[in-house]
Amino acid sequence: MIENIMTKNWGYQISQTRKINLDEVDLTIAQKILDMEPTFRLCISCGGCTATCTAGSFTDFNIRRVNLMIRRGQLDGLYEQLNHCMLCGKCHLVCPHGVNTRKVILLMKQLLSEYESHRQINKEEKNV
Amino acid sequence: MNQIEGKQKIWAEYQKEIGDDNFFFVRSCIRQSFFPGSEQTFLKIMREYLGKRVIEDYRHTTCTGIGYHSDIVKLPTIETVVARHFSLMAENGCENYVPSCVTSFGIYSEILDTWEHFPDEKERIAQFLKEATGRTLATPKNLAHTSDIIYKFRNEIAAKAKFKLVNKKTGQPLKVVEHIGCHYSKMFAKRSQGGQEFPHVLVGMIEAWGGEVIDYPERRHCCGFGFRQYLVMANRGYSVANSYKKFESMEPYHPDFIVANCPGCAMFMDKWQYTIGSMEGRTFDQEGKGIPVLTYEEMAGLVLGIDPWELGMQMHQIPVETLLDKMGVDYDPDKKFLGFNDEQLPKPPEIVFQRD
Ligand code: SF4
Ligand code: SF4
Repeated sequence: MIENIMTKNWGYQISQTRKINLDEVDLTIAQKILDMEPTFRLCISCGGCTATCTAGSFTDFNIRRVNLMIRRGQLDGLYEQLNHCMLCGKCHLVCPHGVNTRKVILLMKQLLSEYESHRQINKEEKNV
Repeated sequence: MNQIEGKQKIWAEYQKEIGDDNFFFVRSCIRQSFFPGSEQTFLKIMREYLGKRVIEDYRHTTCTGIGYHSDIVKLPTIETVVARHFSLMAENGCENYVPSCVTSFGIYSEILDTWEHFPDEKERIAQFLKEATGRTLATPKNLAHTSDIIYKFRNEIAAKAKFKLVNKKTGQPLKVVEHIGCHYSKMFAKRSQGGQEFPHVLVGMIEAWGGEVIDYPERRHCCGFGFRQYLVMANRGYSVANSYKKFESMEPYHPDFIVANCPGCAMFMDKWQYTIGSMEGRTFDQEGKGIPVLTYEEMAGLVLGIDPWELGMQMHQIPVETLLDKMGVDYDPDKKFLGFNDEQLPKPPEIVFQRD
């Protein structure tokens, strides 16, 4: 007898992995920021910036998370997130490693807007 | 001190002391259900092949570790249960305590460590034990997991070997994935062989018996058991994802089999292959049959030439015949599902993993 195991109801599904393969993701934006603002390299993801961020207190914006996502090449939705930043610079004042967060944020906005517009153009070209 | 002596000195710090004889052996709840042959094989190897004295006591109970790790059993309760187990050991005139389960081994290590650092707590538990059972608290001179014991006697086993961990056709060593239970070496590293960084307990056996250890990226990743994530059915997807990650990572190295020293790890790495095969129609070996998963007693038993069905290898979810054929082990396929008195037990259905 051969059991038809493919039709079983297991009551759960295999969780998708959160593995990020750095050879496969796009790290060009991260690299450009590192070139233009070398203090970005010093971030230890402590979250001091997020803790002090007023924008983060009222929205789901999290600057530490955005920094990390850029470093991992996970760029989707980051531009919209950065629109919450008021460029007040409080994060720069508290950063224990002296990361010039305000400059990093400005660079991220500029590079991500170029990235988003490229993506939009590609999408439209595909649709034509 | 020259370089080699220096290295030997450092390595000596990673060695643990393991008793030599007069062992008090305690069984595992999980293993008695899923690998009943393995504990029997441990006793057989110790008594018949190595001539050691191993004592069991029918009054030994569960350590309640699974209940403890799922927040059902409180700390003082499990401490008192463990205190009773230790007093059984003392009553039997033994000082070397040998649990067969890695979860229990972790529990015993944790409680001994707690008592060492908090003598008041030890006093309190001694009092509980007295009130509940009239017994007196004793502690073992030596605590070693059953895999430590097999490791200690690996060269004696190699000297009696009938088979090596070698592919009989090609003459090449079998490629083995070794998996150490987290509760063996990650919580109380000093109580394990080789510590957290260089767990050597299974490597030592594999190399002594002719196999080759595979070093793959997710080698030290948890199998995903972890009690909480498994016990609630809806969470099992997380548990299986951990094993999945390991299987994907070891796949390119073409392992001939996996060996684990923890009952939960061996069980899950065996059964999750069936689950993944059933859900996604994929396996991680080249023949589409799955990678056999062994306990270290089964591995030792095969090396010593014990019949695989006597070892209980018919209980595996992933069939072991591919491995037996590679090693050149003689086995009778018709006897696979014979019970005691040669009574034919029901055969499980044949499983095909591939999608149409
Ligand atoms: S500059 Fe932006 S990220 Fe930094 S504290 Fe101000 S609002 Fe938050
Ligand atoms: S405070 Fe500085 S180091 Fe800490 S996460 Fe923010 S940028 Fe990074």
